[in-house]
Amino acid sequence: MAYFEVRDLHVYYGAIHALKGISLRVEEGEIVTLIGANGAGKTTTLRAISGLVRPRSGQILFEGEDLLRYKPHEIVTQKRVIHVPEGRRVFARMTVEENLYMGAFTRTDRDKVEEDLERVYQLFPRLKERRRQLAGTLSGGEQQMLAIGRGLMAAPRLLLMDEPSMGLAPILVESIFETIQEINKQGTTILLVEQNAHMALQIAHRGYVLRTGEIVLHDTAENLRANEMVQKTYLGMA
Amino acid sequence: MLERLRYRLRYISGTDIALWIVAALLLTMIVVGSYNILTEGRYTGRQWLDFVISGLAQGSIYALIALGYTMVYGILFMINFAHGEVFMSGPFTAYFLAEYLKQKGMFQSHPLLALLLVMLLSMLVSTVIAVSLERLAYRPLRGAPRLVPLITAIGASFFLQYTFRGLYTPGFKAYPEVEPLKGTWVFFPNSLHLEIERMLIAVFVSSVLLLILLYAFVQFTKTGRAIRAVAEDQQAAALMGVDVDHTISVTFAVGGAAAGAAGVFYALMFRQVNYFMGFFPGLKAFTAAVLGGIGNLPGAMLGGLFLGVFESVGPSLFLEGLGVPAAYQLKDAIAFTMLVLFLIFRPTGILGERLAKRA
Ligand SMILES: Nc1ncnc2c1ncn2[C@@H]1O[C@H](COP(=O)(O)OP(=O)(O)OP(=O)(O)O)[C@@H](O)[C@H]1O
Ligand SMILES: [Mg+2]
Repeated sequence: MAYFEVRDLHVYYGAIHALKGISLRVEEGEIVTLIGANGAGKTTTLRAISGLVRPRSGQILFEGEDLLRYKPHEIVTQKRVIHVPEGRRVFARMTVEENLYMGAFTRTDRDKVEEDLERVYQLFPRLKERRRQLAGTLSGGEQQMLAIGRGLMAAPRLLLMDEPSMGLAPILVESIFETIQEINKQGTTILLVEQNAHMALQIAHRGYVLRTGEIVLHDTAENLRANEMVQKTYLGMA
Repeated sequence: MLERLRYRLRYISGTDIALWIVAALLLTMIVVGSYNILTEGRYTGRQWLDFVISGLAQGSIYALIALGYTMVYGILFMINFAHGEVFMSGPFTAYFLAEYLKQKGMFQSHPLLALLLVMLLSMLVSTVIAVSLERLAYRPLRGAPRLVPLITAIGASFFLQYTFRGLYTPGFKAYPEVEPLKGTWVFFPNSLHLEIERMLIAVFVSSVLLLILLYAFVQFTKTGRAIRAVAEDQQAAALMGVDVDHTISVTFAVGGAAAGAAGVFYALMFRQVNYFMGFFPGLKAFTAAVLGGIGNLPGAMLGGLFLGVFESVGPSLFLEGLGVPAAYQLKDAIAFTMLVLFLIFRPTGILGERLAKRA
Protein backbone atom coordinates (compact mmCIF):
# COMPACT_ATOMS: atom_id res chain seq x y z
CA MET A 1 0.00 0.00 0.00
CA ALA A 2 1.30 3.40 -0.98
CA TYR A 3 1.49 6.21 1.61
CA PHE A 4 -0.47 8.49 -0.69
CA GLU A 5 -2.02 7.58 -3.99
CA VAL A 6 -4.31 9.10 -6.60
CA ARG A 7 -6.12 6.64 -8.85
CA ASP A 8 -7.75 7.42 -12.18
CA LEU A 9 -8.94 10.89 -11.14
CA HIS A 10 -11.39 12.74 -13.40
CA VAL A 11 -12.30 16.36 -12.74
CA TYR A 12 -14.69 18.49 -14.79
CA TYR A 13 -15.37 22.22 -14.62
CA GLY A 14 -18.75 22.27 -16.32
CA ALA A 15 -17.99 20.90 -19.78
CA ILE A 16 -14.22 21.29 -19.41
CA HIS A 17 -12.54 17.96 -18.75
CA ALA A 18 -9.64 19.28 -16.65
CA LEU A 19 -8.21 15.98 -15.36
CA LYS A 20 -8.58 12.97 -17.62
CA GLY A 21 -7.88 10.07 -15.33
CA ILE A 22 -4.59 10.83 -13.66
CA SER A 23 -2.83 8.46 -11.26
CA LEU A 24 0.16 9.18 -9.08
CA ARG A 25 1.74 8.08 -5.84
CA VAL A 26 3.89 9.58 -3.11
CA GLU A 27 5.81 7.49 -0.57
CA GLU A 28 6.51 8.60 2.97
CA GLY A 29 9.53 10.88 3.17
CA GLU A 30 9.63 11.67 -0.54
CA ILE A 31 9.51 14.90 -2.49
CA VAL A 32 7.51 14.20 -5.62
CA THR A 33 7.05 16.93 -8.18
CA LEU A 34 4.25 17.47 -10.64
CA ILE A 35 5.37 19.60 -13.55
CA GLY A 36 3.49 20.92 -16.56
CA ALA A 37 2.67 24.00 -18.59
CA ASN A 38 -0.01 26.60 -17.83
CA GLY A 39 -3.45 25.06 -17.69
CA ALA A 40 -2.17 21.49 -17.56
CA GLY A 41 -4.25 20.78 -14.45
CA LYS A 42 -1.65 20.98 -11.67
CA THR A 43 -3.64 23.26 -9.40
CA THR A 44 -6.78 21.26 -10.10
CA THR A 45 -5.02 18.12 -8.89
CA LEU A 46 -4.10 19.73 -5.58
CA ARG A 47 -7.55 21.26 -5.17
CA ALA A 48 -9.12 17.85 -5.67
CA ILE A 49 -6.83 16.33 -3.05
CA SER A 50 -7.66 18.96 -0.45
CA GLY A 51 -11.38 18.72 -1.21
CA LEU A 52 -11.89 22.15 -2.77
CA VAL A 53 -13.21 20.61 -6.00
CA ARG A 54 -15.28 17.43 -6.26
CA PRO A 55 -13.88 14.93 -8.75
CA ARG A 56 -16.32 13.17 -11.07
CA SER A 57 -14.67 9.83 -10.39
CA GLY A 58 -11.48 8.25 -9.10
CA GLN A 59 -9.88 7.69 -5.73
CA ILE A 60 -7.57 9.70 -3.50
CA LEU A 61 -6.05 7.37 -0.96
CA PHE A 62 -4.08 8.49 2.09
CA GLU A 63 -2.76 5.48 4.00
CA GLY A 64 -5.35 3.44 2.17
CA GLU A 65 -8.31 5.59 3.12
CA ASP A 66 -10.28 7.53 0.52
CA LEU A 67 -10.20 11.29 1.15
CA LEU A 68 -13.24 11.91 -1.04
CA ARG A 69 -15.48 11.20 1.93
CA TYR A 70 -14.11 14.17 3.81
CA LYS A 71 -14.85 17.89 3.69
CA PRO A 72 -11.89 20.24 3.16
CA HIS A 73 -11.55 21.10 6.84
CA GLU A 74 -11.76 17.44 7.87
CA ILE A 75 -8.91 16.58 5.53
CA VAL A 76 -6.84 19.07 7.53
CA THR A 77 -7.98 18.07 11.00
CA GLN A 78 -8.14 14.31 10.58
CA LYS A 79 -5.52 13.54 7.95
CA ARG A 80 -3.15 16.51 8.23
CA VAL A 81 -2.90 16.71 4.45
CA ILE A 82 -2.03 20.39 4.08
CA HIS A 83 -2.31 22.52 0.98
CA VAL A 84 -0.18 25.65 0.50
CA PRO A 85 -2.24 27.26 -2.25
CA GLU A 86 -1.21 28.99 -5.44
CA GLY A 87 -0.81 32.75 -4.99
CA ARG A 88 -0.06 32.58 -1.24
CA ARG A 89 -3.52 33.50 0.03
CA VAL A 90 -2.22 34.81 3.35
CA PHE A 91 -4.72 36.63 5.58
CA ALA A 92 -3.82 40.21 4.73
CA ARG A 93 -5.57 41.81 7.71
CA MET A 94 -3.91 39.55 10.27
CA THR A 95 -0.39 39.88 11.53
CA VAL A 96 2.35 37.49 10.50
CA GLU A 97 2.11 35.66 13.79
CA GLU A 98 -1.68 35.45 13.67
CA ASN A 99 -1.34 33.90 10.22
CA LEU A 100 1.08 31.32 11.57
CA TYR A 101 -1.31 30.48 14.41
CA MET A 102 -4.09 30.14 11.84
CA GLY A 103 -1.98 27.36 10.34
CA ALA A 104 -2.11 25.58 13.69
CA PHE A 105 -5.82 26.37 14.04
CA THR A 106 -7.02 22.85 14.70
CA ARG A 107 -4.09 21.62 16.76
CA THR A 108 -4.46 20.94 20.46
CA ASP A 109 -0.83 20.08 21.29
CA ARG A 110 0.09 23.57 22.46
CA ASP A 111 3.69 22.86 23.40
CA LYS A 112 4.41 21.37 20.01
CA VAL A 113 2.78 24.35 18.33
CA GLU A 114 5.21 26.68 20.11
CA GLU A 115 8.10 24.44 19.06
CA ASP A 116 6.91 24.52 15.47
CA LEU A 117 6.62 28.30 15.62
CA GLU A 118 10.27 28.48 16.66
CA ARG A 119 11.17 26.10 13.87
CA VAL A 120 9.37 28.23 11.29
CA TYR A 121 11.14 31.32 12.59
CA GLN A 122 14.43 29.47 12.27
CA LEU A 123 13.68 28.52 8.67
CA PHE A 124 12.52 32.07 7.89
CA PRO A 125 14.20 34.58 10.24
CA ARG A 126 12.60 37.35 8.18
CA LEU A 127 9.19 36.31 9.46
CA LYS A 128 10.33 36.61 13.04
CA GLU A 129 11.48 40.18 12.47
CA ARG A 130 8.07 41.00 11.05
CA ARG A 131 5.85 38.97 13.30
CA ARG A 132 3.73 41.93 14.39
CA GLN A 133 3.37 43.32 10.87
CA LEU A 134 0.14 42.89 8.88
CA ALA A 135 0.61 40.16 6.32
CA GLY A 136 -0.90 42.34 3.59
CA THR A 137 2.07 44.67 3.88
CA LEU A 138 4.71 41.97 3.32
CA SER A 139 6.58 41.72 0.04
CA GLY A 140 5.64 38.93 -2.35
CA GLY A 141 8.60 36.82 -1.31
CA GLU A 142 7.89 37.30 2.38
CA GLN A 143 4.26 36.35 1.79
CA GLN A 144 5.42 33.15 0.14
CA MET A 145 7.59 32.38 3.17
CA LEU A 146 4.58 33.05 5.36
CA ALA A 147 2.35 30.77 3.30
CA ILE A 148 4.88 27.95 3.60
CA GLY A 149 5.42 28.63 7.28
CA ARG A 150 1.68 28.63 7.86
CA GLY A 151 1.48 25.25 6.12
CA LEU A 152 4.22 23.88 8.39
CA MET A 153 2.37 25.09 11.47
CA ALA A 154 -0.31 22.52 10.67
CA ALA A 155 2.19 19.69 11.34
CA PRO A 156 1.58 18.26 7.86
CA ARG A 157 1.87 14.56 7.17
CA LEU A 158 1.65 15.39 3.49
CA LEU A 159 2.42 18.91 2.28
CA LEU A 160 0.94 19.98 -1.06
CA MET A 161 2.73 23.03 -2.46
CA ASP A 162 1.45 24.93 -5.48
CA GLU A 163 4.17 26.89 -7.31
CA PRO A 164 6.06 28.24 -4.31
CA SER A 165 8.57 29.93 -6.63
CA MET A 166 6.03 31.90 -8.63
CA GLY A 167 6.90 35.58 -9.00
CA LEU A 168 10.07 35.44 -6.93
CA ALA A 169 13.49 36.86 -7.82
CA PRO A 170 15.98 34.17 -8.95
CA ILE A 171 18.05 34.46 -5.79
CA LEU A 172 14.97 33.94 -3.64
CA VAL A 173 13.81 31.01 -5.79
CA GLU A 174 17.05 29.26 -5.01
CA SER A 175 16.68 29.78 -1.28
CA ILE A 176 13.00 28.76 -1.25
CA PHE A 177 13.90 25.47 -2.91
CA GLU A 178 16.70 24.93 -0.44
CA THR A 179 14.21 25.50 2.36
CA ILE A 180 11.75 23.04 0.83
CA GLN A 181 14.51 20.46 0.70
CA GLU A 182 15.37 21.22 4.30
CA ILE A 183 11.71 20.80 5.34
CA ASN A 184 11.69 17.43 3.61
CA LYS A 185 14.90 16.38 5.34
CA GLN A 186 13.30 17.22 8.68
CA GLY A 187 10.70 14.57 7.85
CA THR A 188 7.81 16.08 5.85
CA THR A 189 6.49 14.30 2.76
CA ILE A 190 5.93 16.77 -0.08
CA LEU A 191 3.99 16.87 -3.32
CA LEU A 192 5.40 19.87 -5.17
CA VAL A 193 3.65 21.46 -8.14
CA GLU A 194 5.99 23.60 -10.23
CA GLN A 195 6.45 25.29 -13.54
CA ASN A 196 10.08 25.78 -12.71
CA ALA A 197 10.92 22.22 -13.72
CA HIS A 198 14.62 22.90 -13.57
CA MET A 199 14.62 23.61 -9.84
CA ALA A 200 11.89 21.15 -8.98
CA LEU A 201 13.71 18.25 -10.59
CA GLN A 202 16.85 19.12 -8.66
CA ILE A 203 15.32 18.65 -5.25
CA ALA A 204 12.64 16.01 -6.01
CA HIS A 205 13.10 12.26 -5.80
CA ARG A 206 10.58 11.50 -8.51
CA GLY A 207 8.43 13.46 -10.90
CA TYR A 208 5.28 13.34 -13.00
CA VAL A 209 4.72 15.32 -16.17
CA LEU A 210 1.19 16.56 -16.69
CA ARG A 211 -0.03 17.71 -20.10
CA THR A 212 -3.63 18.90 -20.67
CA GLY A 213 -5.06 16.79 -17.92
CA GLU A 214 -3.06 13.64 -18.50
CA ILE A 215 0.12 12.22 -16.99
CA VAL A 216 2.38 11.70 -19.97
CA LEU A 217 5.54 10.68 -18.17
CA HIS A 218 6.76 9.63 -14.77
CA ASP A 219 10.18 8.60 -13.58
CA THR A 220 12.91 9.42 -11.10
CA ALA A 221 13.94 13.05 -11.12
CA GLU A 222 17.35 12.08 -12.42
CA ASN A 223 15.91 10.24 -15.43
CA LEU A 224 13.46 13.05 -16.13
CA ARG A 225 16.31 15.55 -16.18
CA ALA A 226 18.00 13.40 -18.79
CA ASN A 227 14.82 12.87 -20.82
CA GLU A 228 14.92 14.54 -24.21
CA MET A 229 11.25 15.54 -24.28
CA VAL A 230 11.47 17.04 -20.78
CA GLN A 231 14.65 18.88 -21.69
CA LYS A 232 13.08 20.35 -24.79
CA THR A 233 9.65 21.23 -23.42
CA TYR A 234 10.20 22.03 -19.76
CA LEU A 235 13.87 22.74 -19.28
CA GLY A 236 14.19 24.99 -22.31
CA MET A 237 17.19 23.17 -23.76
CA ALA A 238 17.65 22.96 -27.50
CA MET B 1 0.57 73.19 -9.44
CA LEU B 2 -1.67 74.88 -11.99
CA GLU B 3 -0.86 72.09 -14.41
CA ARG B 4 -2.05 69.50 -11.95
CA LEU B 5 -5.24 71.39 -11.27
CA ARG B 6 -5.99 71.62 -14.97
CA TYR B 7 -5.21 67.94 -15.33
CA ARG B 8 -7.62 67.00 -12.59
CA LEU B 9 -10.32 69.32 -13.86
CA ARG B 10 -10.38 67.45 -17.14
CA TYR B 11 -11.68 64.37 -15.31
CA ILE B 12 -14.58 66.07 -13.54
CA SER B 13 -17.97 65.35 -15.09
CA GLY B 14 -21.21 67.32 -15.02
CA THR B 15 -22.67 64.89 -12.50
CA ASP B 16 -19.74 65.46 -10.18
CA ILE B 17 -20.29 69.19 -10.32
CA ALA B 18 -24.04 68.82 -9.67
CA LEU B 19 -23.32 66.54 -6.70
CA TRP B 20 -20.80 68.93 -5.22
CA ILE B 21 -23.29 71.77 -5.58
CA VAL B 22 -25.87 69.71 -3.68
CA ALA B 23 -23.30 68.97 -0.99
CA ALA B 24 -22.34 72.64 -0.74
CA LEU B 25 -25.99 73.66 -0.45
CA LEU B 26 -26.63 71.13 2.30
CA LEU B 27 -23.55 72.24 4.14
CA THR B 28 -24.62 75.88 3.90
CA MET B 29 -28.06 74.95 5.22
CA ILE B 30 -26.49 73.13 8.13
CA VAL B 31 -24.19 76.02 8.97
CA VAL B 32 -26.86 78.72 8.61
CA GLY B 33 -29.45 76.68 10.54
CA SER B 34 -27.04 75.94 13.36
CA TYR B 35 -25.88 79.55 13.50
CA ASN B 36 -29.45 80.85 13.71
CA ILE B 37 -30.56 78.45 16.39
CA LEU B 38 -27.45 78.91 18.50
CA THR B 39 -27.50 82.72 18.38
CA GLU B 40 -31.23 82.75 19.02
CA GLY B 41 -30.63 80.76 22.19
CA ARG B 42 -33.89 78.81 21.98
CA TYR B 43 -32.32 75.83 23.77
CA THR B 44 -30.14 75.93 26.84
CA GLY B 45 -26.89 74.06 27.10
CA ARG B 46 -28.59 71.53 29.33
CA GLN B 47 -31.20 70.83 26.68
CA TRP B 48 -28.52 70.26 24.06
CA LEU B 49 -26.87 67.87 26.46
CA ASP B 50 -30.16 66.00 26.81
CA PHE B 51 -30.35 65.66 23.04
CA VAL B 52 -26.85 64.23 22.96
CA ILE B 53 -27.50 61.79 25.79
CA SER B 54 -30.71 60.37 24.39
CA GLY B 55 -28.95 60.23 21.01
CA LEU B 56 -26.15 58.20 22.53
CA ALA B 57 -28.60 55.73 24.11
CA GLN B 58 -30.53 55.36 20.85
CA GLY B 59 -27.25 55.16 18.94
CA SER B 60 -25.89 52.37 21.10
CA ILE B 61 -28.97 50.34 20.15
CA TYR B 62 -28.31 51.05 16.48
CA ALA B 63 -24.73 49.99 17.04
CA LEU B 64 -25.77 46.61 18.43
CA ILE B 65 -28.03 45.96 15.46
CA ALA B 66 -25.47 47.28 13.00
CA LEU B 67 -23.01 44.70 14.28
CA GLY B 68 -25.14 41.95 12.72
CA TYR B 69 -25.38 43.69 9.35
CA THR B 70 -21.71 44.37 9.19
CA MET B 71 -20.52 40.93 10.33
CA VAL B 72 -22.78 39.13 7.87
CA TYR B 73 -21.69 41.47 5.11
CA GLY B 74 -18.06 40.95 6.04
CA ILE B 75 -18.34 37.21 5.71
CA LEU B 76 -20.88 36.68 2.90
CA PHE B 77 -20.93 40.05 1.10
CA MET B 78 -24.70 40.13 1.43
CA ILE B 79 -27.01 42.61 3.12
CA ASN B 80 -29.24 40.60 5.43
CA PHE B 81 -32.34 42.72 5.03
CA ALA B 82 -34.25 40.42 7.37
CA HIS B 83 -31.99 41.48 10.24
CA GLY B 84 -34.58 44.01 11.41
CA GLU B 85 -36.95 41.08 11.90
CA VAL B 86 -34.29 39.14 13.79
CA PHE B 87 -34.22 42.19 16.07
CA MET B 88 -38.03 42.14 16.39
CA SER B 89 -38.45 38.41 17.00
CA GLY B 90 -36.56 38.37 20.32
CA PRO B 91 -38.23 41.14 22.34
CA PHE B 92 -41.63 40.35 20.82
CA THR B 93 -41.41 36.75 22.05
CA ALA B 94 -39.85 37.75 25.36
CA TYR B 95 -42.76 40.11 25.93
CA PHE B 96 -44.86 37.11 26.91
CA LEU B 97 -42.31 36.03 29.46
CA ALA B 98 -42.18 39.59 30.78
CA GLU B 99 -45.94 39.68 31.07
CA TYR B 100 -45.93 36.33 32.87
CA LEU B 101 -43.21 37.42 35.30
CA LYS B 102 -45.09 40.63 35.93
CA GLN B 103 -48.26 38.73 36.81
CA LYS B 104 -46.27 36.46 39.11
CA GLY B 105 -44.96 39.54 40.83
CA MET B 106 -41.34 38.97 39.93
CA PHE B 107 -40.98 42.30 38.13
CA GLN B 108 -41.96 43.89 41.43
CA SER B 109 -39.94 41.72 43.81
CA HIS B 110 -36.78 41.06 41.72
CA PRO B 111 -36.97 43.52 38.84
CA LEU B 112 -33.40 43.21 37.61
CA LEU B 113 -33.42 39.41 37.72
CA ALA B 114 -36.70 39.40 35.82
CA LEU B 115 -35.22 41.76 33.27
CA LEU B 116 -32.21 39.51 32.90
CA LEU B 117 -34.44 36.50 32.19
CA VAL B 118 -36.40 38.46 29.59
CA MET B 119 -33.13 39.58 28.05
CA LEU B 120 -31.75 36.04 27.84
CA LEU B 121 -34.92 34.71 26.22
CA SER B 122 -34.91 37.57 23.72
CA MET B 123 -31.29 36.94 22.79
CA LEU B 124 -31.96 33.22 22.47
CA VAL B 125 -34.95 33.69 20.16
CA SER B 126 -33.17 36.22 17.95
CA THR B 127 -30.16 33.92 17.75
CA VAL B 128 -32.27 30.93 16.74
CA ILE B 129 -34.10 32.98 14.12
CA ALA B 130 -30.85 34.37 12.70
CA VAL B 131 -29.18 30.97 12.52
CA SER B 132 -32.24 29.28 10.99
CA LEU B 133 -32.53 32.07 8.46
CA GLU B 134 -29.00 31.42 7.29
CA ARG B 135 -29.36 27.67 7.35
CA LEU B 136 -32.71 27.47 5.54
CA ALA B 137 -32.82 30.53 3.30
CA TYR B 138 -29.28 31.73 2.56
CA ARG B 139 -27.04 28.67 2.63
CA PRO B 140 -28.76 26.89 -0.26
CA LEU B 141 -28.19 30.03 -2.35
CA ARG B 142 -24.52 30.43 -1.61
CA GLY B 143 -22.67 30.84 -4.88
CA ALA B 144 -25.74 32.25 -6.61
CA PRO B 145 -25.48 35.78 -8.11
CA ARG B 146 -25.63 38.46 -5.43
CA LEU B 147 -29.10 39.67 -6.36
CA VAL B 148 -30.62 36.29 -5.46
CA PRO B 149 -29.83 36.24 -1.72
CA LEU B 150 -30.73 39.93 -1.54
CA ILE B 151 -34.23 39.28 -2.88
CA THR B 152 -34.50 36.25 -0.63
CA ALA B 153 -33.61 38.41 2.37
CA ILE B 154 -36.37 40.86 1.53
CA GLY B 155 -38.79 37.95 1.16
CA ALA B 156 -37.63 36.49 4.48
CA SER B 157 -38.16 39.87 6.09
CA PHE B 158 -41.83 39.93 5.06
CA PHE B 159 -42.21 36.26 5.92
CA LEU B 160 -40.98 36.86 9.46
CA GLN B 161 -43.04 40.01 9.94
CA TYR B 162 -46.27 38.32 8.99
CA THR B 163 -45.46 35.09 10.78
CA PHE B 164 -44.98 36.97 14.04
CA ARG B 165 -48.02 39.07 13.33
CA GLY B 166 -50.00 35.87 12.90
CA LEU B 167 -48.50 34.26 15.97
CA TYR B 168 -48.73 37.14 18.40
CA THR B 169 -51.49 39.32 16.84
CA PRO B 170 -50.87 42.72 15.21
CA GLY B 171 -51.48 45.06 18.16
CA PHE B 172 -48.88 46.94 20.18
CA LYS B 173 -47.92 45.30 23.43
CA ALA B 174 -46.65 47.30 26.38
CA TYR B 175 -43.46 46.14 28.08
CA PRO B 176 -43.59 46.21 31.87
CA GLU B 177 -41.87 49.02 33.69
CA VAL B 178 -38.70 48.30 35.60
CA GLU B 179 -38.90 50.15 38.89
CA PRO B 180 -35.15 50.70 39.51
CA LEU B 181 -34.78 52.20 36.03
CA LYS B 182 -37.52 54.77 36.45
CA GLY B 183 -36.78 58.38 37.19
CA THR B 184 -33.39 60.03 37.04
CA TRP B 185 -29.97 59.94 38.56
CA VAL B 186 -28.24 63.13 39.53
CA PHE B 187 -24.49 63.42 39.00
CA PHE B 188 -22.33 66.03 40.76
CA PRO B 189 -25.33 67.33 42.72
CA ASN B 190 -23.30 70.14 44.26
CA SER B 191 -21.62 71.57 41.21
CA LEU B 192 -23.03 70.60 37.81
CA HIS B 193 -26.24 68.99 38.99
CA LEU B 194 -26.38 66.77 35.95
CA GLU B 195 -29.74 65.01 35.92
CA ILE B 196 -30.04 62.10 33.51
CA GLU B 197 -32.79 59.56 32.99
CA ARG B 198 -31.81 56.23 34.49
CA MET B 199 -33.13 54.29 31.52
CA LEU B 200 -30.85 56.12 29.10
CA ILE B 201 -27.82 55.43 31.25
CA ALA B 202 -28.72 51.79 31.70
CA VAL B 203 -29.28 51.25 27.98
CA PHE B 204 -26.13 53.09 26.97
CA VAL B 205 -23.87 51.43 29.52
CA SER B 206 -25.11 47.90 28.92
CA SER B 207 -25.01 48.32 25.15
CA VAL B 208 -21.47 49.58 25.23
CA LEU B 209 -20.39 46.77 27.54
CA LEU B 210 -21.98 44.25 25.20
CA LEU B 211 -20.31 45.85 22.19
CA ILE B 212 -16.93 45.64 23.88
CA LEU B 213 -17.56 42.02 24.79
CA LEU B 214 -18.53 41.07 21.25
CA TYR B 215 -15.59 42.94 19.79
CA ALA B 216 -13.23 41.12 22.14
CA PHE B 217 -14.85 37.84 21.13
CA VAL B 218 -14.15 38.46 17.45
CA GLN B 219 -10.68 39.85 18.07
CA PHE B 220 -9.25 37.54 20.70
CA THR B 221 -10.95 34.14 20.73
CA LYS B 222 -10.24 31.21 18.48
CA THR B 223 -13.75 31.28 17.04
CA GLY B 224 -13.30 35.00 16.44
CA ARG B 225 -10.12 34.29 14.52
CA ALA B 226 -12.01 31.75 12.42
CA ILE B 227 -14.66 34.39 11.66
CA ARG B 228 -12.01 36.86 10.55
CA ALA B 229 -10.25 34.23 8.45
CA VAL B 230 -13.46 33.19 6.68
CA ALA B 231 -14.30 36.85 6.09
CA GLU B 232 -10.99 37.35 4.34
CA ASP B 233 -10.78 34.19 2.28
CA GLN B 234 -13.20 31.28 2.68
CA GLN B 235 -11.11 28.75 0.81
CA ALA B 236 -7.88 29.66 2.53
CA ALA B 237 -9.70 29.38 5.86
CA ALA B 238 -10.96 25.91 4.92
CA LEU B 239 -7.36 24.94 4.11
CA MET B 240 -6.46 25.90 7.70
CA GLY B 241 -9.03 23.39 8.93
CA VAL B 242 -11.72 25.98 9.67
CA ASP B 243 -15.25 24.62 9.27
CA VAL B 244 -16.58 27.39 7.05
CA ASP B 245 -20.30 26.53 7.31
CA HIS B 246 -20.11 26.34 11.08
CA THR B 247 -18.24 29.63 11.26
CA ILE B 248 -20.90 31.34 9.15
CA SER B 249 -23.56 29.98 11.52
CA VAL B 250 -21.65 31.40 14.48
CA THR B 251 -21.46 34.78 12.77
CA PHE B 252 -25.22 34.85 12.33
CA ALA B 253 -25.61 33.73 15.94
CA VAL B 254 -23.44 36.58 17.26
CA GLY B 255 -25.35 39.13 15.18
CA GLY B 256 -28.64 37.60 16.32
CA ALA B 257 -27.71 37.70 20.00
CA ALA B 258 -26.67 41.35 19.73
CA ALA B 259 -29.93 42.19 17.95
CA GLY B 260 -31.96 40.33 20.59
CA ALA B 261 -30.32 42.36 23.35
CA ALA B 262 -30.82 45.57 21.38
CA GLY B 263 -34.47 44.64 20.98
CA VAL B 264 -35.05 44.52 24.73
CA PHE B 265 -33.30 47.87 25.21
CA TYR B 266 -35.51 49.30 22.50
CA ALA B 267 -38.63 47.81 24.06
CA LEU B 268 -37.65 49.27 27.43
CA MET B 269 -36.99 52.72 26.03
CA PHE B 270 -40.15 52.91 23.96
CA ARG B 271 -42.20 50.65 26.25
CA GLN B 272 -43.85 48.74 23.40
CA VAL B 273 -43.33 45.98 20.85
CA ASN B 274 -45.11 44.79 17.72
CA TYR B 275 -44.39 42.86 14.55
CA PHE B 276 -43.30 45.96 12.61
CA MET B 277 -40.90 47.31 15.23
CA GLY B 278 -37.83 46.02 13.36
CA PHE B 279 -38.37 47.93 10.16
CA PHE B 280 -37.08 51.40 10.97
CA PRO B 281 -34.40 50.45 13.50
CA GLY B 282 -33.24 47.88 10.94
CA LEU B 283 -32.89 50.50 8.22
CA LYS B 284 -31.23 52.90 10.64
CA ALA B 285 -28.76 50.30 11.77
CA PHE B 286 -28.02 49.45 8.16
CA THR B 287 -27.34 53.15 7.63
CA ALA B 288 -25.06 53.10 10.65
CA ALA B 289 -23.18 50.12 9.24
CA VAL B 290 -22.68 51.97 5.96
CA LEU B 291 -21.57 55.12 7.79
CA GLY B 292 -18.93 53.15 9.62
CA GLY B 293 -17.82 51.30 6.51
CA ILE B 294 -19.76 48.09 6.00
CA GLY B 295 -17.80 45.00 6.99
CA ASN B 296 -15.89 46.98 9.62
CA LEU B 297 -16.79 46.16 13.24
CA PRO B 298 -15.59 49.24 15.14
CA GLY B 299 -17.00 51.25 12.24
CA ALA B 300 -20.49 49.87 12.79
CA MET B 301 -20.29 50.76 16.47
CA LEU B 302 -19.11 54.30 15.81
CA GLY B 303 -21.59 54.64 12.96
CA GLY B 304 -24.44 53.67 15.28
CA LEU B 305 -23.48 56.17 17.97
CA PHE B 306 -22.88 58.87 15.40
CA LEU B 307 -26.22 58.32 13.72
CA GLY B 308 -28.05 58.28 17.04
CA VAL B 309 -26.59 61.61 18.10
CA PHE B 310 -26.93 63.12 14.65
CA GLU B 311 -30.62 62.38 14.32
CA SER B 312 -31.28 63.46 17.90
CA VAL B 313 -29.44 66.77 17.70
CA GLY B 314 -29.88 67.35 13.97
CA PRO B 315 -33.53 68.36 13.66
CA SER B 316 -33.28 71.11 16.26
CA LEU B 317 -29.81 72.21 15.32
CA PHE B 318 -30.03 72.31 11.54
CA LEU B 319 -33.71 72.56 10.70
CA GLU B 320 -35.40 74.67 13.34
CA GLY B 321 -32.97 77.48 12.68
CA LEU B 322 -34.14 77.48 9.07
CA GLY B 323 -37.71 77.91 10.24
CA VAL B 324 -38.82 74.34 9.57
CA PRO B 325 -41.91 73.64 11.68
CA ALA B 326 -42.10 70.31 13.53
CA ALA B 327 -38.46 69.63 12.73
CA TYR B 328 -38.34 66.61 15.00
CA GLN B 329 -40.66 64.75 12.61
CA LEU B 330 -37.88 64.96 10.06
CA LYS B 331 -35.29 62.97 11.97
CA ASP B 332 -35.74 59.93 9.75
CA ALA B 333 -35.34 62.11 6.68
CA ILE B 334 -32.07 63.40 8.15
CA ALA B 335 -30.80 59.90 8.79
CA PHE B 336 -31.55 58.65 5.31
CA THR B 337 -30.25 61.79 3.62
CA MET B 338 -27.03 61.06 5.38
CA LEU B 339 -27.08 57.48 4.07
CA VAL B 340 -27.47 58.69 0.51
CA LEU B 341 -24.75 61.31 0.91
CA PHE B 342 -22.35 58.73 2.29
CA LEU B 343 -23.11 56.28 -0.48
CA ILE B 344 -22.35 59.01 -3.01
CA PHE B 345 -19.36 60.78 -1.49
CA ARG B 346 -17.74 58.24 0.77
CA PRO B 347 -18.99 54.72 0.09
CA THR B 348 -16.20 53.25 2.22
CA GLY B 349 -17.66 54.92 5.32
CA ILE B 350 -16.11 57.02 8.07
CA LEU B 351 -13.27 54.69 8.85
CA GLY B 352 -12.76 53.72 5.22
CA GLU B 353 -11.02 50.60 4.09
CA ARG B 354 -8.47 49.73 6.70
CA LEU B 355 -6.31 48.00 4.17
CA ALA B 356 -6.32 47.91 0.41
CA LYS B 357 -7.59 44.66 -1.06
CA ARG B 358 -4.85 42.30 -2.09
CA ALA B 359 -4.06 42.33 -5.79
N1 LIG C 1 -12.96 27.31 -11.77
C1 LIG C 1 -12.73 26.90 -13.04
N2 LIG C 1 -13.73 26.96 -13.95
C2 LIG C 1 -13.53 26.55 -15.22
N3 LIG C 1 -12.36 26.09 -15.67
C3 LIG C 1 -11.32 26.03 -14.82
C4 LIG C 1 -11.46 26.43 -13.47
N4 LIG C 1 -10.28 26.28 -12.84
C5 LIG C 1 -9.44 25.79 -13.79
N5 LIG C 1 -10.07 25.62 -14.97
C6 LIG C 1 -9.48 25.09 -16.21
O1 LIG C 1 -8.91 23.83 -15.94
C7 LIG C 1 -7.66 23.70 -16.58
C8 LIG C 1 -6.58 23.36 -15.58
O2 LIG C 1 -6.39 24.49 -14.73
P1 LIG C 1 -5.33 24.49 -13.54
O3 LIG C 1 -5.56 25.73 -12.76
O4 LIG C 1 -5.41 23.21 -12.83
O5 LIG C 1 -3.97 24.59 -14.35
P2 LIG C 1 -2.47 24.70 -13.80
O6 LIG C 1 -1.73 23.55 -14.34
O7 LIG C 1 -2.45 24.90 -12.35
O8 LIG C 1 -1.98 26.02 -14.54
P3 LIG C 1 -0.99 27.19 -14.03
O9 LIG C 1 0.39 26.68 -14.18
O10 LIG C 1 -1.26 28.31 -14.98
O11 LIG C 1 -1.35 27.49 -12.63
C9 LIG C 1 -7.42 25.00 -17.34
O12 LIG C 1 -7.77 24.79 -18.67
C10 LIG C 1 -8.35 25.98 -16.69
O13 LIG C 1 -8.81 26.91 -17.61
MG1 LIG D 1 -1.91 26.44 -11.14
